[in-house]
Amino acid sequence: MTRTDPADVPRPDAQLHFGVFFQGVNYWTIWSDPASGSQISPESYRRVAQTAERGLFDAFFLGEGLRLREVDGRIHDLDVAGRPDAITQLSALAALTDRIGLVSTTNTTFNEPADLARRLSGLDLLSDGRAGWNVVTTDNAWTGENFRRGGYLDHADRYKRAEQFLNAARAIWDGWPDPVRIRSEQFTVDVTPSLPRSRQGHPVIFQAGDSSDGRDFAARNADVIFSAHGTDFDDALAFAEDIRARLRAAGRPEDDLRILPGASIVIGGTPAEAEEKAAWVRREQITPATALAQAGLLWNLDLSGYDPDGPLPKDDPRPQDTSGAFGAARVADAQSTIRQWREAADANGWSLRETVVNLGQRSRGHVGTPQSLADKFAHFVRNGALDGFNVSPYLVPHGLDDIVNLLVPALQERGVYRTEYTGTTLREHLGLRPRP
Amino acid sequence: MSLVLAVEIDGEGAHPAAWRRAAHPPSEPLGPRRVRHVAEIAERAGFTLVTLDDDLLPPGGGGAVGRIGAVERAAFIAASTSVLSVAPVVSTTYTEPFHVSSQLASVDHIAAGRAGWVVAASPRPEVAAAWGRPAADPGQEALDSVRVVRALWDSWEDDAVIRDVATGRYLDRDRLHYIDYTAAGYTVKGPAIVPRSPQGQLVVLAPHGLVPDAEVDIALVGGADLDAVHRAAAATTTPRTFAEIEVALDTAAADGADRVAELDEHAPWAGGGRLRYTGSPQGLVALLADLDAGGGVDGVRLHPLVLDEDLAVLSQFVVPALINSRLAGRPVPGVSLRQTLGLPRPQNRYALPGEPA
Repeated sequence: MTRTDPADVPRPDAQLHFGVFFQGVNYWTIWSDPASGSQISPESYRRVAQTAERGLFDAFFLGEGLRLREVDGRIHDLDVAGRPDAITQLSALAALTDRIGLVSTTNTTFNEPADLARRLSGLDLLSDGRAGWNVVTTDNAWTGENFRRGGYLDHADRYKRAEQFLNAARAIWDGWPDPVRIRSEQFTVDVTPSLPRSRQGHPVIFQAGDSSDGRDFAARNADVIFSAHGTDFDDALAFAEDIRARLRAAGRPEDDLRILPGASIVIGGTPAEAEEKAAWVRREQITPATALAQAGLLWNLDLSGYDPDGPLPKDDPRPQDTSGAFGAARVADAQSTIRQWREAADANGWSLRETVVNLGQRSRGHVGTPQSLADKFAHFVRNGALDGFNVSPYLVPHGLDDIVNLLVPALQERGVYRTEYTGTTLREHLGLRPRP
Repeated sequence: MSLVLAVEIDGEGAHPAAWRRAAHPPSEPLGPRRVRHVAEIAERAGFTLVTLDDDLLPPGGGGAVGRIGAVERAAFIAASTSVLSVAPVVSTTYTEPFHVSSQLASVDHIAAGRAGWVVAASPRPEVAAAWGRPAADPGQEALDSVRVVRALWDSWEDDAVIRDVATGRYLDRDRLHYIDYTAAGYTVKGPAIVPRSPQGQLVVLAPHGLVPDAEVDIALVGGADLDAVHRAAAATTTPRTFAEIEVALDTAAADGADRVAELDEHAPWAGGGRLRYTGSPQGLVALLADLDAGGGVDGVRLHPLVLDEDLAVLSQFVVPALINSRLAGRPVPGVSLRQTLGLPRPQNRYALPGEPA
């Protein structure tokens, strides 16, 4: 990557934004290392949020899963799991931080608008205008088994409900103190709001769906979109162009939405050190048992009796269905992926585990020195490929330390990262227009 | 014997027109400074527990009186204090028991074992309309909700996170349990998504009679006079019983009775069948001594007429006098609410006998 002359790029003054995603459930978070802290202790949350705030991050994010993940009818036991209710935990962090945004992933399927709008308002007021809501949907009856209504919602209706839910929430946020009447296909609600608008008007709306419906939903409704398109420059730019086209179609200005792909960032003092650390991270993430589990999802077979250090299974995969694994990604085209895995394993002499380490779920993210990463990210943001990253630390609670201590100063030297918070609200941190 | 001291700190005070005497701008209750300020006063005074009233709809009482959700306030207070315990009111009539369980367990994690739950119901039809649901039977819903929530709190055994590097397992799935609860109108599968909290089970408080005593740690009882309170307390079979007392105290500026009369001109103070005390701080100390001497009551929950006035008098005069005369104890740092109450940490219903709870 060469240094870009700022004058030659579309957005010479663009600024990079960071969020941190405290994941809480998945194989990405290393738990086997002695430096790996508790996933539930309030101290872990305080430490990550305060480190991010020291690094002038825009936001701290929490995810949501309303049922423990299962594979073949049994609780998935290989990954970190067990986390607090997001809005509740963020309300505690509102007391322990001053500036950083606090974003809750919360579902529109198993909540109701008057209640959830009020909970989000409460977080927004307790944090003086720093709340965000990552709007997600759930459609499966499996998750519904924990809730009064069960699996009532058709897959096709999930974004319809989400949009009607969001419209209802906005009416409630704007309604105080007068009664609000909501009539839509999904909702018949009469409520007197409990709370006024916060300093930022409404909580900032985030959206993460990557399907065409999800992207259109974001283009119509969201302030920020997450994506998985943040590693390869061309892929990121294509995604950003697609979103800008959808924004135009929705009648919104192109700069009305921030694009913050999820990312992993591994930093070393030299390129070789960074590569070595990235390899360590990947091997810690893909334990022998996790390698067998991920391959098992691809083959749709129980491979737990296989040798992770032996060859790939000779078996043919079982046809994919949607009944066995919940809360874990199934592979769309298993046959061709398995063919690619076999070819790569043969060519490189990889074991099963080595194959998963190199080719398994999710790319390895960004690896480099503070200087090389700062140059690369400046190139991304100045060319309009994204507005920043939602960083998933691979270790809790110290996984952000290198980013804050080493990468942020390198970005600041290049003029693409703030040197102090200039606003107080999440909306201001993101540079979004005030909410009318 | 001595009494455990709790105080209800929602809004501006127990009187529906209390906001007229508030000593701060009207917008302040709906922000962090006020919430933190009131909790700090209660903690410094020596109260063991604060409760936070709540429901989906605003409290009413004239004027645009707002209210931040009690769970959100409780989490904020838990992170802002170190010895004070906090118990949000959470209604059971239309809420999702699965969410209620997660939210309350999270408060207990944040509070390091200083959390409770005041079980409540929402009988008003307006609440059903706000949820967008047909009116439900509050008693049935309360019973099912408490049972579901408590079962979910046990659905992770304490040592379910094993971090076993040799086998690559983070969880021991044998120590996670489906609750498979069948309620009157729904079922809940489990397990919880939140690990078992520091107290195992939060301290459950409820107005006596709302749910069966077996589901409750602290029954809240009222009564028009001390005799009635003692009779109500004698009828409970819960491990602990607290008396509910509304207080309107004499301040430097005005007598309690005059302050009540002034506020009553704007809105009547119906109260909730609780004992009511109006008068000097010394008189309240004497009343509480009599209450304690009569036996059967383990603590009190005070409902101050106006927080900005009566909580100040309570913290300057009443609580210090109670603690000095050993009529009440001050909570100890690093101790859970259960320990302060002398309640054991509950065995996990799903753990096999002989195993750790």
